Amino acid sequence: MKILVPVKRVPDPTQKTKIKDNHIDLTGASWIVNTFDEYAVETALRLIENGADGSKHGEIVVVSIGPDDAAKEIRTTLAMGADRAIHVVANDSEIDSLTVVKILKAIVESEKPDLVIMGKQAVDGDANQVGQMLAGKLGWPQATFAATIELDSANKKLTVGREVDGGVEYKQVPLNSVITVDLRIVAPKSVKNGVTPDSHNYSGEGARLPSLKGIMAAKKKPLEQKKLADFGAEPKPAIEEKSVALPPPRAAGQFVSDVPTLVKKLADEAKAL
Amino acid sequence: MGNVLAFCEYADGQLRTSALANLTASREIAKHHGGEVVILLVGKGAQAASAHAAKFAPKVVVVESDALEHYLAETYAPVVAAQVKATGATVVTATATSVGKDLIPRAAALLDAGQASDISKVESATTFARPILAGNAYSTVAINTPVIAVTVRQSEFEAAGESGMGSVSTADAGSVNALGATFVKLDAQKSDRPDLGDAKVVVAGGRGMKNGENFKVLEELADLLGAAMGASRAATDAGMVPADWQVGQTGKIVAPNLYFAVAISGAIQHLAGMKGSKTIVAINKNKDEPIFQVADYGLVADWEKSVPELIAEIKKLKASR
Ligand SMILES: Cc1cc2nc3c(=O)[nH]c(=O)nc-3n(C[C@H](O)[C@H](O)[C@H](O)COP(=O)(O)OP(=O)(O)OC[C@H]3O[C@@H](n4cnc5c(N)ncnc54)[C@H](O)[C@@H]3O)c2cc1C
Repeated sequence: MKILVPVKRVPDPTQKTKIKDNHIDLTGASWIVNTFDEYAVETALRLIENGADGSKHGEIVVVSIGPDDAAKEIRTTLAMGADRAIHVVANDSEIDSLTVVKILKAIVESEKPDLVIMGKQAVDGDANQVGQMLAGKLGWPQATFAATIELDSANKKLTVGREVDGGVEYKQVPLNSVITVDLRIVAPKSVKNGVTPDSHNYSGEGARLPSLKGIMAAKKKPLEQKKLADFGAEPKPAIEEKSVALPPPRAAGQFVSDVPTLVKKLADEAKAL
Repeated sequence: MGNVLAFCEYADGQLRTSALANLTASREIAKHHGGEVVILLVGKGAQAASAHAAKFAPKVVVVESDALEHYLAETYAPVVAAQVKATGATVVTATATSVGKDLIPRAAALLDAGQASDISKVESATTFARPILAGNAYSTVAINTPVIAVTVRQSEFEAAGESGMGSVSTADAGSVNALGATFVKLDAQKSDRPDLGDAKVVVAGGRGMKNGENFKVLEELADLLGAAMGASRAATDAGMVPADWQVGQTGKIVAPNLYFAVAISGAIQHLAGMKGSKTIVAINKNKDEPIFQVADYGLVADWEKSVPELIAEIKKLKASR
């Protein structure tokens, strides 16, 4: 099985948000692989490996569209275990989700993966749209917000537990579909591929950390560079960020000494009870 | 210029409350576009909800079909795209529920539309404000495509009121092709409590509750206040409570009148989901936790002692009224 995993680098969300000239100031920012995309890589690995003995039965190709120095975050995913990477070099101001979808579609058409697995959203833009758009453009089925995946290789289909309002929806999709993953996909038994024994537990503490061996191996894995022009994409986004502002701060709160005071203030001051 | 096609969810012959927030936003957008709001109801049971829907918009289009009984993005997106064209819409909208988030971008792709996700404000015909970076900033974006797709953050818009009596028409579903996808089942969380998304009061617990059994005391508080239950990711991930209780950047975004955060530290991803609440109460044993920076009222205490006391005090207050 061949899986394509699109990944994006995002500013480390633990940094304080700064604004300069009406846009986010990212000078000196530190960057990470978008957490959901890291989980997508983890999911892809769990789908193609035997979790108990570490043997692999497939290929994972990572794709990232981002500036030159995003190569570092791409190497992180190779160190986790992805086999090779395609890096489409573009500045963030040159691309929007429509461009990203256009490029990913072209790459899917040339790479012909069985599955595309990606994060449900990037934690900087929080837009939650690229996976669905890609599926729509490809005419492929989609299973978004996946918390569990059960792969039935013989019948080339997957049953996906999706986190929806009011519960968990189970949806079956054939191969050649786009899956976007939610947080709980990294729980110890969320991914079943028919190869990893049912008794096997993954750590459940998020995506795997690259091992030293993985980091060494990643240095030698193929990382192919491409340009926007290779895909006929213009560096002129149709979605344009006009300005960014910080939200107004909340008024300062107060500590209350005990429960009766809390209830009194909630009733009389906040009129909330 | 153009109409606004508002995809609305319904249940039991009524629009869902969540849809009403989108109708408020859609009316604003329609004004900027010099058009009107057209409500789109899709699925089995759409016809039955049309009378209620017609109270909220001048036009309602119903696409009723047995083949659309279960929501699937694969079958619904082509219907939405076809109806955008049929109704002369330049904008297609939905509330950012799990259905809206799944469906609208797929429909947008079929229409070559750019999308503004989860908007908090309509600035002009083509510009919208929306939270980014877990709500730590608001971005104003211009969508410069002939058709625009929008999903609306429910907590940022009032529920629309009735606007008169609109006309209802029906449209054909066309050929329904699920591309091999099938709905298997929904494991629904049965609850008599209000929906987390539109509850007036929310009682949320975190990792400090230690186990699911301990949440009973929070549920007692919730039921006393007619509240919905919420939780941090740590609590849902640990399996203490159902996953769909999760409040935060990647869970539900809520903005009730009153939010109780009990034994929740206040990670930015959690704050992203609740800091729009009118009044926030934090109960935590550690006075240095970040939750106290957004709380209007902070109580430094163990929940084991303070929550039962809170229930007793509120009962006393209620009895005295
Ligand atoms: C990509 C990503 C997305 C995320 N999305 C979300 C999201 O949507 N929502 C979300 O909530 N989190 C989210 N998280 C997780 C988030 O970062 C935090 O890990 C999580 O919110 C912590 O939950 P908590 O506050 O319950 O746990 P902790 O941080 O462990 O806090 C437990 C608290 O309980 C208090 N406590 C302990 N015992 C008692 C007692 N007896 N009485 C009173 N207080 C007590 C402690 O002082 C502490 O403050 C996300 C993380 C990532 C990486």
